[in-house]
Amino acid sequence: MTASLRLRAGLVSLVLLAAFLGIWHLATRSTGTTATMSPEYAKLMGLTATQGKSAMPGPLDVGAKLWEHLKRPFYDNGPNDKGLGIQLGYSIARVGTGYLLAVLVAIPLGFLIGMSPLLSKALDPFIQVLKPISPLAWMPLALYTIKDSSVSAIFVIFICSIWPMLLNTVFGVASVRKEWINVARTLEVGTVRRAFTVILPAAAPTILTGMRISIGIAWLVIVAAEMLVGGTGIGYFVWNEWNNLSITNVIIAILLIGIVGMLLDQILARFTRMVTFPE
Amino acid sequence: MSTFDNPFDPNRKLRAGCVCGQHGSDAEHEQATALYCEPVASEEKRYEGVVASALMRAMFPQDVARRAFLKSVGASTALAALSQFFPIKTATEVFAQAGAPEKKDLKVGFIPITCATPIIMAAPMGFYAKHGLNVEVVKTAGWAVIRDKTINKEYDAAHMLAPMPIAISLGLGANAIPFTVPAIENINGQGIVLASKHKDKRDPKDWKGLKFAIPFDYSMHNYLLRYYLAEHGLDPDTDVQLRSVPPPEMVANLRADNIDGFLAPDNICQRAIYDGVGFMHLLSKEIWDGHPCCSFAASREFITSAPNSFAALTRAIVDATAFASKAENRKQIAEAIAPANYINAPVTVLEQVLTGTYADGLGGVKTDPKRVDFDPFPWQSFAVWMLTQMKRWGQIKGDVDYKAVAEQVYLATDTKKLMTEMGLTPPASAYKSFAVMGKNFDPAKPEDYLASFKIRKAS
Repeated sequence: MTASLRLRAGLVSLVLLAAFLGIWHLATRSTGTTATMSPEYAKLMGLTATQGKSAMPGPLDVGAKLWEHLKRPFYDNGPNDKGLGIQLGYSIARVGTGYLLAVLVAIPLGFLIGMSPLLSKALDPFIQVLKPISPLAWMPLALYTIKDSSVSAIFVIFICSIWPMLLNTVFGVASVRKEWINVARTLEVGTVRRAFTVILPAAAPTILTGMRISIGIAWLVIVAAEMLVGGTGIGYFVWNEWNNLSITNVIIAILLIGIVGMLLDQILARFTRMVTFPE
Repeated sequence: MSTFDNPFDPNRKLRAGCVCGQHGSDAEHEQATALYCEPVASEEKRYEGVVASALMRAMFPQDVARRAFLKSVGASTALAALSQFFPIKTATEVFAQAGAPEKKDLKVGFIPITCATPIIMAAPMGFYAKHGLNVEVVKTAGWAVIRDKTINKEYDAAHMLAPMPIAISLGLGANAIPFTVPAIENINGQGIVLASKHKDKRDPKDWKGLKFAIPFDYSMHNYLLRYYLAEHGLDPDTDVQLRSVPPPEMVANLRADNIDGFLAPDNICQRAIYDGVGFMHLLSKEIWDGHPCCSFAASREFITSAPNSFAALTRAIVDATAFASKAENRKQIAEAIAPANYINAPVTVLEQVLTGTYADGLGGVKTDPKRVDFDPFPWQSFAVWMLTQMKRWGQIKGDVDYKAVAEQVYLATDTKKLMTEMGLTPPASAYKSFAVMGKNFDPAKPEDYLASFKIRKAS
């Protein structure tokens, strides 16, 4: 039954994809020659103006260009023109650094706050104010104070991925079932041991859910941050191609951003499954 | 006598009178022949000329004696005789290298528009390398970012709009940090583009209520567009909408009908035409022929901490600018700067901008070889003009010491010295008057000039 359901779902997915590509192709067909112009003038004009080619590329253009990129993902033509593989590498490295720093801060801090009702209450207003700030709003401040654009980008990733992890850790730690803690207390387990053997395993699924939300946000933000800061990364690639009004390349970048985001999410989802336990 | 005259020419006139014989003095001649960076056939020849002429003059300080000597033996014999006991070739090499740069690996930021041509082309065409530098040119997302990155010292020097270093030095829109302009990048090379639907609205008087885009508040584009509108009786602050829009988004916005037109740097103008969304209403050259647009800027701190690097960098830029000013080199430059690593635009578009034979978007092909031109000399009168406009539109309030600011930011004296060392002929004065839309500007009387405008922001 499940096998056949999966098969049917896959089939529907394929049909939807085919329909989408078909409509896209039809919608972006060229309209044939437009107004007549002298050949000398036409030579100076783009295809959009001379052959009525749609300004939006069709799926075939995108496919051909994508193949071109995939054939040589790691070329390096100087500081402003690198292969997609290298650009994605830069972005992932930035996200990884900022995210790991956030993990190192958020989880221990969340643990402390979660275990102490006093701290939890005292810090709550700060967290509530800081949490809803759009990470990109930090960018000018970061650039101004840190005075280094790549560190600023990492800082923005750090600041945007810290809150979901922190809140989820606090929540996870605070809502460990009282019975388990009481049992640990009855058995005279020390605080440190209690934290690692009782609270951590119990709170782990919640903590990992927070981490999963964070990585998604971090990946969303890096693209925008790199568009602002420039230099390297997939966000810079989007900006550079936008500069050239090459919508084909922008679409390819969008596709790749989606795929990498999905992979990052899947990795965290796998970790979450590993620590989940039946109650 | 000009540094670059042939010292081996026995028929050269005596000091009184100029080289060409048509003017009373050298200074007059220099002012009359207004091309300041006419490059010489080959680099080596130029330096060799400078060295040889210095040598010749050292041996015969009296012009009369030198001429007598040259007449009696002939120029080639004299040169051969000199080279016998003085290694002109080696001296030339030593001279061309000047002081060793303190810092060889430099980062220079640029915005991908044709204004940055000298900065960009100097990398692929080896001008930086020739002056002993290893420069990485880094594409940057926008004017505010390039400003911040240069202030933060991520870039050693950068491509900026000509008014930006003045604005930064005055602390407008940023902390006041002393910035300098050793060289202007390009002159002319901008344009007013209107959406195709405004084909019949060619008279600016009909433009009330239209929306225009400019690249940045502190830009020549802003001042020129405001000037143009005001001369036609429109108040740019109340009769039209002006928006700061990053250049690449201008074309997209024009296509989406969000704006009616823009005064933008080139290749953006030509790109709008190339994509069939707009037409060229007017080249900025027609507002003010020879106006500066972008500059090559560095902080004063960079100059004091690495004077030789700075000098080498300026030399490379001046060199590249001189190369770019020649029409026959333009096609080759267009190909060098088109790839994704640099401007990232179709070669056809860049060629149209640089060679000046372009489609106007209305079905015609126009030719204007001076559509964009390159002249590195940082005229201080340019800075004074920009300051008058900054004050006119309320960007600066209160009194302005025009001359002091211009001289602090636009390094005419230093550039003049460098250009002379390179065997180029810079102009004698750092101030010149010019006409903007037929109205004369006298750099000595900025306040009178400012007072002569009817339309301005009330201060």
